[in-house]
Amino acid sequence: MTHLTTKLALTALIGAGLVIGSIAEAAPKSGGVLNYVVGSKIPSYDGHVESTFGMIHPIRPFYSTLIRVNPSNPADPSDFVCDVCEGDVPKGEEGGTKFTFKIRKDVKFHDGTPMTAHDVKATMDKVVFPPKGVASNRKAFFRAVDSITADNDYQVTFKLKFPTGTFIPALALPFNFIYAKKDLDAHGYQWHKKNINGTGPFKFVQHQKGSFVEGVKNPTYHFKGQPYLDGIKAISAPKLAVRVQAIRGDRAAIEFRGFPPKHRDDLVKALGDKITVQESDWNCVLMMTPNHKVKPFDDVRVRRALTLAIDRWGGSKYLSRIAIVKTVGGVVYPNHEFAATPEELSKLAGYSKDVKGSRAEAKKLLKEAGVNLNFELHNRGVDQPYKVVGTWLIDQWKKGLGAKVKQRVQPSPPFYATLRKKKDFDVSVDFNCQSVINPIADITKFLSTAGNNYSQGGDAKADAIYAKLEKSADPKEQRALIRQYEKRVIDDAMVAAITLWWYKINPHRSYVKGWKIAPSHYLNQHLDNVWLDK
Amino acid sequence: MSKYILKRLLMLIPTLIGAAIFVFFLLRLVPGDVCELRLAGTGLYADPAEIALCQKNLGLDQPLIVQFFDFLWGYVVFDLGDSMWTGFPVVHEIGLRFELSLQVAIMATAVAVIIAIPLGVISAVKQDTWIDYVVRTFSIAGIAMPSFWLGILIILGLLISTQHFLGEPWMPPIDYVPIWEDPMRNLSQLIWPAVATGYRYSAVATRMTRSALLEVLREDYVRTARAKGLIEKIIINRHALKNSLLPVVTIIAIEFAFLMGGLVVTEQVFNLNGLGKLFVESVGAQDFNMTQQLVMLVVVIFVFTNLFVDVLYAWLDPRIRYS
Repeated sequence: MTHLTTKLALTALIGAGLVIGSIAEAAPKSGGVLNYVVGSKIPSYDGHVESTFGMIHPIRPFYSTLIRVNPSNPADPSDFVCDVCEGDVPKGEEGGTKFTFKIRKDVKFHDGTPMTAHDVKATMDKVVFPPKGVASNRKAFFRAVDSITADNDYQVTFKLKFPTGTFIPALALPFNFIYAKKDLDAHGYQWHKKNINGTGPFKFVQHQKGSFVEGVKNPTYHFKGQPYLDGIKAISAPKLAVRVQAIRGDRAAIEFRGFPPKHRDDLVKALGDKITVQESDWNCVLMMTPNHKVKPFDDVRVRRALTLAIDRWGGSKYLSRIAIVKTVGGVVYPNHEFAATPEELSKLAGYSKDVKGSRAEAKKLLKEAGVNLNFELHNRGVDQPYKVVGTWLIDQWKKGLGAKVKQRVQPSPPFYATLRKKKDFDVSVDFNCQSVINPIADITKFLSTAGNNYSQGGDAKADAIYAKLEKSADPKEQRALIRQYEKRVIDDAMVAAITLWWYKINPHRSYVKGWKIAPSHYLNQHLDNVWLDK
Repeated sequence: MSKYILKRLLMLIPTLIGAAIFVFFLLRLVPGDVCELRLAGTGLYADPAEIALCQKNLGLDQPLIVQFFDFLWGYVVFDLGDSMWTGFPVVHEIGLRFELSLQVAIMATAVAVIIAIPLGVISAVKQDTWIDYVVRTFSIAGIAMPSFWLGILIILGLLISTQHFLGEPWMPPIDYVPIWEDPMRNLSQLIWPAVATGYRYSAVATRMTRSALLEVLREDYVRTARAKGLIEKIIINRHALKNSLLPVVTIIAIEFAFLMGGLVVTEQVFNLNGLGKLFVESVGAQDFNMTQQLVMLVVVIFVFTNLFVDVLYAWLDPRIRYS
């Protein structure tokens, strides 16, 4: 990045701060259609089944959820507010095993049917206890749920088998679209894959497959006065360059996933104050996963040497200029209260600012193990940030350990097949990308029993710590247990390593107001608070 | 003639069966799984039981041979099945994109013909003059320049020049509207890719027109025509050009067929929702059914284009017609 573009970016950021400041004061204006670009494609419309932002960005505005991340404060990972429920999000009763939700009486489906507690129960039953043969991609998040009952037309109660800190964040997942019980009863559990009848701020108009999804304002939306927009149009644009140009040429006002720093700088340079930039840490991280079944990575000393050789602090400084990674962190999303502080981090292998010391220790470990590293790094054929981070890792190992490392890059389908089926890799770039920040659920990836732990290894001690953590209701205890778990999985047993956390950059047209960046591209996508200052 | 066409149509059946076998088994060699990509492709956690359920629902748990006969049976009962990614019928998914791809192919062909025939003729008639050199440079540049690169230049050029002259950058629309709904918006989106691909396409056709016409102009009957005092314009238009068009027609037709499914990168550059983009998305998503049907569609387009060219040959060349 040149000095000039740095200055431009900084100016834009300061401008962004000012604009955000003025959002609070300016009264929202009604009207207009928000055009936005989406870089991925829609599989089906069923939020309970799908997992891609390609579905969330165009379809989420048609639905409500029981609770959601606070749209006015989405940066706070533990600030949840009611969507179709009333009042505050309930605290657990009976030792954190019972949650009673009052349901709003003014919520209507787009076909005019009033929404009641029975619809919420039917929806959550489908998510938590799907009948045999019915897919529900997130039922594992609700393992603690024992029963769901509609006490009357406007009250739903969840009973848990044990208290857990994962329940409320899991309820706020943006995928938990509220469906009408009558639709589920009349049309079955597959109907929502191809049909939309929600209670969200926008009503579905049309989906021109592969091109765009269109919605219009829902006049009976339960948050009175919202949405401010007359309509939305989510335009499919798989190529990053097209999405950037679309914002520059005002064919779209915003892209909600995020751009690399270079594109932010280009847009700011071309459009000046017509562009506002919002930035945030991102609840996605690339990992470095050694295959514990392949020699010499079955030896914990070798695995620890790999993580010790990485200069994360230096990487953060330089990679953040060219890639969508930035923050140094442990296993938990960096801005969460459960995340390790810099001081706690510095005690973990590979997090010390004394890089020379760490690398000396790494070399000592390799010598003890009698290993000269010569291996293949398996990576996904996606530039941002996979290939950038992969190349950086190779350089770190070459500098730090004198290792000879070859990068094997594969397109997405064979890449996943290698990780999940063939398992014929030495060390792989791996990933953990979640929506709502739910630390206790998000860190399961390191468990020896986790389906998405691709290391083919684990740590019995870490598993035991997690079993205790999952059933703990005390945040202080939860935090302490996470520290123990973290020390095991990324240091003592080095199941897999965290590289750098992603960094979300959303440059958008300055006339887009009301939308605030969240720490995930899945969040704050209902768009009921967005307005256009045109 | 009709017997000839019928024979060519019957030959279509073994061609299609061969292509079906080839594409079905070749696709299965590529590792990966549509269900894994859908449920866990973005790094989110996916329950292995859910992945298995998805595979079962799509019939991917069946033996390969059963899947193959299911695929073939679809043609017998005129049911091409559903996209494994979206769940919508393949016919519906392809139909939407076919319209756009056809329009771009027609427009690009028109651009190519408008450029290629006059330039090719001028270049041949003015052989080895500065005009010929300019035309040849122009056409070699077209061959050397990939159409997607030209497309990127066009978009950047539009953004920069409109910002400079109008104060606000402008780029072509990125969402498709059919021509009968909004002709101006439709054309303002599709004219640019038509120009980008039409130019490259014209470059090949220009060179072919030039060399074919030069060859014909050296024929005895052209010399005879000149000897009997016919003016050059009549010699070129009535006697030489028509006979020199045979190879040009072949090139134009093959390029047209290619444009119907092969505009993969150019469609991405202009964000066109055409068959090329669908191809890339289907392969990337391991949507076997959609990919298979698209390949079969391209095969059919090529076979029918070739048939059309043969019929056109007969019309252009009486020797073929009368034999």
